[in-house]
Amino acid sequence: MDPLLLVSSSPHIRSDENTRAIMSDVIVALCFPLVISVYYFGVKALYLTLLSVACCVAFEFLYRKMLRKPGTVGDFSAVITGMLLAYTLPVAVPYWSVAAGAFFAIVIVKQLYGGLGKNFMNPALAGRAFLSLSFGLGIFQWTKPTFLDSDFSFVNMPDAVASPTPLGFLKQGVLPEGMELQDLLFGEIAGCLGETSAIALLLGGLYLVVRKVITPRIPLCFIGTVAVLSFLFPPGGFTGVEYMLYNILSGGLMLGAIFMATDYTTSPVTNLGQVFFAVGCGLLTVLIRRFGGMPEGVCFAILLMNTAVWFLDKIGRPRRFGAKSLWPFGGEAKK
Amino acid sequence: MLFRFRGGVHPDDNKAQTMHKHIEPLPPPEYLVLPLSMHSGAQCEPLVVMGDLVFYGQKIADSAAPVSAPIHSPVSGRVEAVEPRPHPAGSLVVSIIIKNDGLDTPDPKLSPYGSVESLTPEELLSIIRETGIVGMSGSSYPTHAKIRSALGKVHTILINGCECEPYVTSDFRLMLEAPEEVVGGLKVLMKIFGLGSGIIAVESNMHIAAESIRKTLPRRTDIQVRTVPARYPQGSERQLVAYVTGREVPAGSFPPAVGCVVFNVETAAAIHRAVTTGLPLIRRVVTVSGNAVSNAKNLLIRIGTPMETVFAATGGFREAPGKVIMGGPMTGVAQFDLKTPIVKGSNALLAFSRSEVYTTRDRTTCIRCGKCVRVCPMKLEPIYLYTYERINRCDLLERYRISDCIECGNCSYICPGRLHLVHSIRTGKQKLAETEGRQ
Repeated sequence: MDPLLLVSSSPHIRSDENTRAIMSDVIVALCFPLVISVYYFGVKALYLTLLSVACCVAFEFLYRKMLRKPGTVGDFSAVITGMLLAYTLPVAVPYWSVAAGAFFAIVIVKQLYGGLGKNFMNPALAGRAFLSLSFGLGIFQWTKPTFLDSDFSFVNMPDAVASPTPLGFLKQGVLPEGMELQDLLFGEIAGCLGETSAIALLLGGLYLVVRKVITPRIPLCFIGTVAVLSFLFPPGGFTGVEYMLYNILSGGLMLGAIFMATDYTTSPVTNLGQVFFAVGCGLLTVLIRRFGGMPEGVCFAILLMNTAVWFLDKIGRPRRFGAKSLWPFGGEAKK
Repeated sequence: MLFRFRGGVHPDDNKAQTMHKHIEPLPPPEYLVLPLSMHSGAQCEPLVVMGDLVFYGQKIADSAAPVSAPIHSPVSGRVEAVEPRPHPAGSLVVSIIIKNDGLDTPDPKLSPYGSVESLTPEELLSIIRETGIVGMSGSSYPTHAKIRSALGKVHTILINGCECEPYVTSDFRLMLEAPEEVVGGLKVLMKIFGLGSGIIAVESNMHIAAESIRKTLPRRTDIQVRTVPARYPQGSERQLVAYVTGREVPAGSFPPAVGCVVFNVETAAAIHRAVTTGLPLIRRVVTVSGNAVSNAKNLLIRIGTPMETVFAATGGFREAPGKVIMGGPMTGVAQFDLKTPIVKGSNALLAFSRSEVYTTRDRTTCIRCGKCVRVCPMKLEPIYLYTYERINRCDLLERYRISDCIECGNCSYICPGRLHLVHSIRTGKQKLAETEGRQ
């Protein structure tokens, strides 16, 4: 008798890539800034991150369970959302607000739209935006790194020193006081958990590029746009170069450009669309930082561009093989 | 201008299993099954009935349609039946079943046609038609029809030795063992087209095949052997033409639109054999491989040999096969019945164990990673074709040029969500055809 043969459409072989492996790579890359963060902000940074991850995974699990949908915790995407959410919060944030942000990110932004791959906004950024808008800037009590006087004990850090971020200084029209550029590189500045060390974020980004999880297109265009615009149009009192360097190295730009704007689900799939997207993110970041009501604009710049992704994919369509028009808009068959 | 086509993937080529195996002739089986349609175009009408005695090489089916190719008996013997049998493409096709008498008594009408120099282009073309030659890389488009549609439009003849599918080494072995046949076929084609030059393209990882062909060429020659980058799907006509000539075949057209015509190496060898020996197309080289096969081999097989005979000749299965594929793993067709015969376009026969076979259970969801867009050699967006097929938006499928898809399989291959993108695109093409039919 014939053996039982499986019949299916070609191709019959698959690459080893799978969603979980990609997500695991992102988690590894996200560990670089975590190490720096714990070093400078103390062990609370680690606890916040773990809490955020635990909440995100738990909300995803419970939501899928309660709606009797197939479980998706195993794809690890909730872990990434948890890490990113924690990275966008200052270390002095109360624990309950992390849970609230995780709920908003996972349930409202991600699962209500159908889960992984269906949400139209970056869940972690939306969670952060929710926290900062709904609870005011009260939760954003920035703290200077306290590692010198912290004994790594788990306390609520009552002696943490409130301190403006470098961007806060820039907004007031002065250069950040007591923060040299190398502090920005290594992360010894006030800011959110995961955003302070440019070097750690760049290392993480490099890892993702080497592992072919992301292409450098979006981060380069995003950071490049911010660099060019802030170099060309510094406000009075700054030279172009110093304004540019502080703009690139401070705030959430590195974190946003490398880890948030490259989020698969909420960024365009076409090469040209990605360029439009990243340049748009950079432009909005500069506009919000210069003219907006807040010192930082990366979060809202990315969220705004997220909403334009389908449109950007449409105008960024590749020129089809064998199509005459060089401009992609004309490359479609019309009848 | 030379450029790599954008997109493409590098699957594990798995050619080592058969790369160094000589082509061995497989003794003809007791029964042969010859489907009346082994080519694209009109199905043939049988010229024999049950009980007829047939000679080795005798024409047993033909059609008057312009796009069709006659079928010849690969053995001498008796016609046992003319009835529907499973075809490798998945349907039942009326087939001529011949019981082999083991004598291979040749058809007395068969004789060499003479030297290429003494024949006119028109005579050569009719030889190609009469000997039933079709594209042997899997497309199975009748070669005489392809030539006729390209006559007068062509300035470059390409012989396609880019065997980009993993596992398959039949073309490679042929170039290594019978380079003079490939070159001979190219010379016939050059004469038909009235051209003084031709190009044989070989992938760079198969450069010893290129060397083997170069050795048979005289010092001064107008035949070029080009090595091209090894990348899937380099052997696709459009991608090869774009690489070699720098011109993209317009959507919906064929290579003659940019002055090129492409033939597979084994097709060229078959043309050479037909002209020099008078023998029609009745055998071909088939790579038998895959991890469920005991001895992977390259076999010279009579067309019409059932797959089970082929597997038996390679020592049977090492373990129960979970999937049997006719053709390469990227574009081949999964088989459901091992009595299905080898046909003119079967370049490989692969058997994979159950554990090796990818199943639908691995499927997750689209995470919009965009890898399918980046690997598509036609620069389409499989992610959107998939999305619009699922929601039956035929207007958008058309707008996103679903009909340009060459079904190379790259998007499904790379997809981390393990979605069935190519399957979805095939379904989409059908849906589009149905809506157009209704209008």
